Amino acid sequence: MMSAAITTRPPTAPVPHAPAAGGTRRRSRLRTRLELALLLTPALVLFTGFVLVPIGVAVVYSLYSWNGFGPLTDFVGLQNYVDAFSGDVFQGAIGHNLLIATLSIIVQLPLSIGLALLLNRKLRGRTFLRMVVFAPYVLSEAVTAVIWLLMLQPGGFVDEILRGVGLGGFVRLWLADPSIVLYTLFVVITWKYIGFGVILLLAGLQGVPPELREAAALDGASAWQTTRHVVIPLLGPTIRIWIFLSVIGSLQLFDLVWIMTLGGPANASTTMATYLVDHGFKRYEFGFGSAVAVILFIICFVFALLYQRFALRRDTQGALTGVR
Amino acid sequence: MRSKKPLALFAAAALALAGCGGGGDASTEGPVTLTWWHNRTTEPMKSKWQQIADDFHKTHPNTSFTVEPLQNEQFQTKVPLALQGNTPPDLFQQWGGGALADQMKSGKIADITQASSGWIGPLGKYADGWKVGGKQFGVPYQMHAVGFWYRKDLFATAGITSPPTTLDELNAAVAKLKTAGIVPIALGGKDRWPDAFYFGYFAVRQCSVDALKKAVEKTELTDPCFTKAGENLKAFLDTKPFQDGFVGTPAQQGAGSSAGLLANAKAAMELQGDWEPDVMRALTEDKDLDSKLGWFPFPSVPGGQGDPTVLLGGGDGFSCTTRAAKACGEFLEHLVGDEVQKILAETGSGLPVRESAVASLKTETHKQISEAMNKASHLQFYFDTAFPTNVGQALNDAIANFFAGQGGPDTIVQSVSKAAAGNK
Repeated sequence: MMSAAITTRPPTAPVPHAPAAGGTRRRSRLRTRLELALLLTPALVLFTGFVLVPIGVAVVYSLYSWNGFGPLTDFVGLQNYVDAFSGDVFQGAIGHNLLIATLSIIVQLPLSIGLALLLNRKLRGRTFLRMVVFAPYVLSEAVTAVIWLLMLQPGGFVDEILRGVGLGGFVRLWLADPSIVLYTLFVVITWKYIGFGVILLLAGLQGVPPELREAAALDGASAWQTTRHVVIPLLGPTIRIWIFLSVIGSLQLFDLVWIMTLGGPANASTTMATYLVDHGFKRYEFGFGSAVAVILFIICFVFALLYQRFALRRDTQGALTGVR
Repeated sequence: MRSKKPLALFAAAALALAGCGGGGDASTEGPVTLTWWHNRTTEPMKSKWQQIADDFHKTHPNTSFTVEPLQNEQFQTKVPLALQGNTPPDLFQQWGGGALADQMKSGKIADITQASSGWIGPLGKYADGWKVGGKQFGVPYQMHAVGFWYRKDLFATAGITSPPTTLDELNAAVAKLKTAGIVPIALGGKDRWPDAFYFGYFAVRQCSVDALKKAVEKTELTDPCFTKAGENLKAFLDTKPFQDGFVGTPAQQGAGSSAGLLANAKAAMELQGDWEPDVMRALTEDKDLDSKLGWFPFPSVPGGQGDPTVLLGGGDGFSCTTRAAKACGEFLEHLVGDEVQKILAETGSGLPVRESAVASLKTETHKQISEAMNKASHLQFYFDTAFPTNVGQALNDAIANFFAGQGGPDTIVQSVSKAAAGNK
């Protein structure tokens, strides 16, 4: 794609008065092309082979009823897509993903900002506290899931802690009650990923010039006003990129749910990705599974494009959108 | 939607191919290296398999092995891919039943009916699950059976003198255990498949062997006995025999799992496979666990037409692919022979397919299960394995939902016909 873009560039206008310079330019153009070819080819080959082609192949599979064995013969058109969207389990799964995404933004974001502001202040044991907040993020998702699965069993660690501090009345069947399980998972997700948001925002806070705070203070702004009107607006780009990562992560949520609940009980915590694995691999319905994968891909892709276009435009100008 | 025609076609093609191999195909005469995918990634079985392969190579210098242990979950994805490709493994873990029938569509599974005719006899009913359309496409090397594991100490505490043999006795035992403040039965509902054991056994006890065989053959549970089994299950669930929050309990992970509850005396019974003691040993400090454990088969159900000796179970086997079917077949013969069967029985990782090896089992409970299995008039494959994979999983999901309070006996029965018809 890149080499095509280069060849379609309008030919350099002839420079009649400087033939020598024209030669240099031609040589340097050749060099640029060589450099581009050299640097881009490996990445392009890998990207094409491992991303674009599989997506294309998945689209083809999704049009067949196919259990993974033998040739593709049973063409069903868009039936797999119709089946997916008309099934209440998959509808539920989309709803669960959206709920997790929404909760992430309205719960995790303020929490991350608060923690980041706190940890940005000079306080005793700051490095230690930062480490504590960040530690869960370093754990693998599978390890996190197994630890919490064990702690959340009835009469397990979490229940004992609650009873120990006199909150025994709040004890629930965390993973077994269909009306609670998704929120339980959300708490675990928050525990795991809050550190990432905090680190990102702490980095963003380093970019807030101290002079601006001082100026605001001199103008008589309270601490709250300084934070609200100076610091948070300057954190905008960081917040926007965090929302982007968080929503994409929520849409693709898999490992944690798969290990902790397998999407149960009674599909109360199924996500699009667990549904995909359940139906694609466990049931040997690779055609249908591919259709679900394509749906998941399209949802993420459309969100990514729209978000880039409308929310991230200013932040990424020049980097992703090209110089105009 | 699910067309049976291509299957027949591919099966015929496979037969034709295998027919050539059986007739002394030149390509299988020379030295071959068999790629062997098995599922024993942990000791002692991992090195036992390697040892068995090495020993076989010594007596059959023309046959060598590349042994690749894989996790169970990997087989789900790797086998379909490998059978699509041109270099599938020559010998791979095979659970039989519907998954095997699915794999037949690749046309790469070797028909060993002729090759095995001289030695498969003593396996008897155990080999049936690895047949498709009356032809042998694999053999089991170990069997598994499900039954109730119970703690003798907790039964004594609750004043239960002998293991229940009828459903009424089981219900009475559950009531006694509750009175004594003991969780009667542990269940790993999160993982879904333990739920399916209950529906499976209520069906096995309610339905005649003929009805069971017909159901598997036709991929449907339309016989009224299956609905009745669902109703019996519902009545049983209504006695609330399980621990709190059982739908969120894992089956085998950690002390809070169903196996862990039983291992640590937090529950008195669990309906599980013969592998259960192995799982439990890893989850408790109790070194004397085996002496506290007892086993009894699923009790008979009043009014049921099922034979109470029938066991629900399955097995571990291997299938050969067509490339080196001759050498592979010879190796299978070796695996089900007395010598290897005794080695396998000593590990306690499953039940032998040869009666002669039963004496080599280490624990009394395993001998007891093995004997029950030999006496059983029929061995009913786990329904999720007996049915084609998509149907089996749909059934398990419907059963798990039922345990979580969603749906009823009719939804369980219908889930099979729906999935068989291609509905999602």
